[in-house]
Amino acid sequence: MTVQDGRRGVAVPTHGTAPLQEVARRRWPWPGRSRPRPRVNRGDWKPALLFLLPWIVGFAVFTAWPVFYTAYLSLTDYDVINAPTFVGLDNYERLVQDAGARRAMGNTLFYTALQVPLYVLFSLFLALLLNQAGRASGFFRTVFFLPNMTPPVATGVLLLLLFNGQDGLVNEVLGWFGINGPAWTTDPQWVKPGLILMSLLSVGGSVIILLAALRNVPQELYDAAMVDGAGFWRRTWSVTVPMISGPLFFVIIVNTIAALQSFTEAYTAFFGVGTSTYSNDAAEFYAIHIFREAFEFLRMGYASALAWLLFVVIMIITAIQVVVSKRFVFYEGENR
Amino acid sequence: MGRFWVKASRRGAATVAAGLTVGLTACATGTGGGSTPELSADDFASTSASDTPLTIMGFGTDDEIAQVRYDRAVEAVTGTDVRLSEGGLDMQQFLSSVASGNVPALIRADRNQIGTLASRGAIVPLDACIEAQSVPTDDFVEAALEQVTFDGQVYGLPEFNTVQLTMANQELLDEAGLSIEDVNGSDPEAVTQANQALADTSDGRLNVIGYDSKLPEFLPLWVHARGGAMISDDGRTAQLDSPEVLEALEWAVAIYDEQGGFGRVKAFRDSADFFGAGNQFAVGTLGAMPMEQWYVNVLNEVSSDAPVIFDAVRGEDGDALAYASGSAWAIPNGSPNPGAACQFAATMVEAESWLEAARARAEAREADGLQFTGLLTGNQVVDQQIREELVTPSGEENWDRAVEVLYEANDHAFGMPANPADADFRTAWQDGVNRVLNGQQEPEEALAQAQENAQSALDKAWENWEGRQDDER
Repeated sequence: MTVQDGRRGVAVPTHGTAPLQEVARRRWPWPGRSRPRPRVNRGDWKPALLFLLPWIVGFAVFTAWPVFYTAYLSLTDYDVINAPTFVGLDNYERLVQDAGARRAMGNTLFYTALQVPLYVLFSLFLALLLNQAGRASGFFRTVFFLPNMTPPVATGVLLLLLFNGQDGLVNEVLGWFGINGPAWTTDPQWVKPGLILMSLLSVGGSVIILLAALRNVPQELYDAAMVDGAGFWRRTWSVTVPMISGPLFFVIIVNTIAALQSFTEAYTAFFGVGTSTYSNDAAEFYAIHIFREAFEFLRMGYASALAWLLFVVIMIITAIQVVVSKRFVFYEGENR
Repeated sequence: MGRFWVKASRRGAATVAAGLTVGLTACATGTGGGSTPELSADDFASTSASDTPLTIMGFGTDDEIAQVRYDRAVEAVTGTDVRLSEGGLDMQQFLSSVASGNVPALIRADRNQIGTLASRGAIVPLDACIEAQSVPTDDFVEAALEQVTFDGQVYGLPEFNTVQLTMANQELLDEAGLSIEDVNGSDPEAVTQANQALADTSDGRLNVIGYDSKLPEFLPLWVHARGGAMISDDGRTAQLDSPEVLEALEWAVAIYDEQGGFGRVKAFRDSADFFGAGNQFAVGTLGAMPMEQWYVNVLNEVSSDAPVIFDAVRGEDGDALAYASGSAWAIPNGSPNPGAACQFAATMVEAESWLEAARARAEAREADGLQFTGLLTGNQVVDQQIREELVTPSGEENWDRAVEVLYEANDHAFGMPANPADADFRTAWQDGVNRVLNGQQEPEEALAQAQENAQSALDKAWENWEGRQDDER
């Protein structure tokens, strides 16, 4: 039995009165027909490898090798100018005692914990709006994506202007509602919230990914949900979110990793050339701490150890997310 | 065919991997290697045409002062291919070039980086270069030369000298019944009172900054004004917890506290049109502040009618004082062409180059209907020559006074001695000041922590340097 999908103009199979979850979990949507198995030609891997070679070489030279080499450097005292001297685990011992590293990691985790949920929710909110926007969605999609084209350094400078405590635009707007805005750029309590809000400017990329996912949610699921009397929020929570959980998970993972590596905007605003003497501990993210150790204080060996800790932290957080996601993320074609 | 490709690609991959391993391992050897070669005067003797290009980092030909001298220096090494990487010295870029073995022949660095670079063997002593090119080091501003002298040897040829002046809004001073003497620093208590009189914090907003003590960057100025120093003359002992530093910090922070705190003042400062016609003096939102002398030119250019007056920053004895800073030419260890590098650098800082550049600047200013306010080259003799030949009074008292006091400040400039932990030391005291400004610590506590951090960094850096010296012996 089929119905006409008004949005896509094609006939799609339906499953009578099958429960919604059952429909969503079908591995192969055409029962009674066996799924064709792709034929693999064993000889195909050679040309495939040849085509992949540029990437493999690039990955080996610019990613894998530096990763391994950094592991070695983390066991040395190295200032780039002189040859590295092996110091064993000294850098890691120092790392444990480094209050600056602890503070920077704390700043980073705090920022990530707040920024990622806000960022994802805001992206989803805009994507849902765009999904309803009809013909105008193309225009707004462009508008939302434009800030992504802004260089991060410019964003850092913009932060100082928009969030200026004296007469920045943000406080100006808050003033219209009778709110006396904080000193976003100079009060340690408000520096990170300011950076988090500023980061929301660049949701465009995630919005587009989520919008594409929303467009792929079969209309019949909504139709069935409406027949069952589900309202907008119920449909969003029970149909939309499960159906876009894969892309949503991707957005969460990617943005978590990006947040843990935050650098440019905060560095430009609080540690860059124009502000080289005034800095704010509250804005010193872990990546900034690594950069300063390496290129300001010429402690490349120690910076390598710091970088490895960040790598481990990112791996652990990502692993946790992947494990947790198994309960919540549904992929099309998956059989549960 | 397929098998051939696979075999070839395996062999190629192995070769590439092996090559990379060897190459990148070599990357990490650096050029310092613990021994800084003592180059002789012959190494630095005047060069004829050289096949080796003269690669330069850390310099840009942004204005006539840079361009004229650059052209003369290029001419001085005629026959040598000069390759300039425009812009300030990017430490990341420089270190990458050192690590990859592509050491530039010559760099221009901030003078406060020289100690660290010298102690790590990244740059070579220039005594032989100075001798070969007859560079008149006695003519250099003493503070500038101190900043490039590490462990008794000169590692850089100084150029430019930046000093601070007191700049104030005449109208605001008049309204408050004050004079420039009340805000030039000679009487800290008078500055405190002037700040209270000049600041406008009505309506719960800061509308006029009374006095901006310019923390953290000008703390050395306020310490020196009280007869103190933040580091010993030999660059080995931090003195950040000395009574003079504490007193200076407490005074300068109190200036901000009187106006609602540093955050408020900084936010207001950041919102100003600093380089434009709507600058703080032109629009009457700043009473007074110490500021580098280059800002005189900015103000003269964008708001020549602004009611701004000038004086030197003065100590309690009434004498001018200024915290010197600037750049210096240095030759990296492993420079592919030390001879041309030395000749180029010497030409950049020679009297005739400066004079020619200053003439070009004076002509350009005249063509724009602007006053030539002088040039601080880092060479006192040249400064005087330029002043006598090219600086003519404009007839406008405030601008003529600016020129007068900037030369006075230049004569009284002091610097911090070069040390092997420049960046660590600077970060230690600046972070300490920032912790106080951000309300995280009290001055005494912040300075105690800064002292501990700075001394620890100095001890380690000097120990490394001495170890390197022992290895060389």
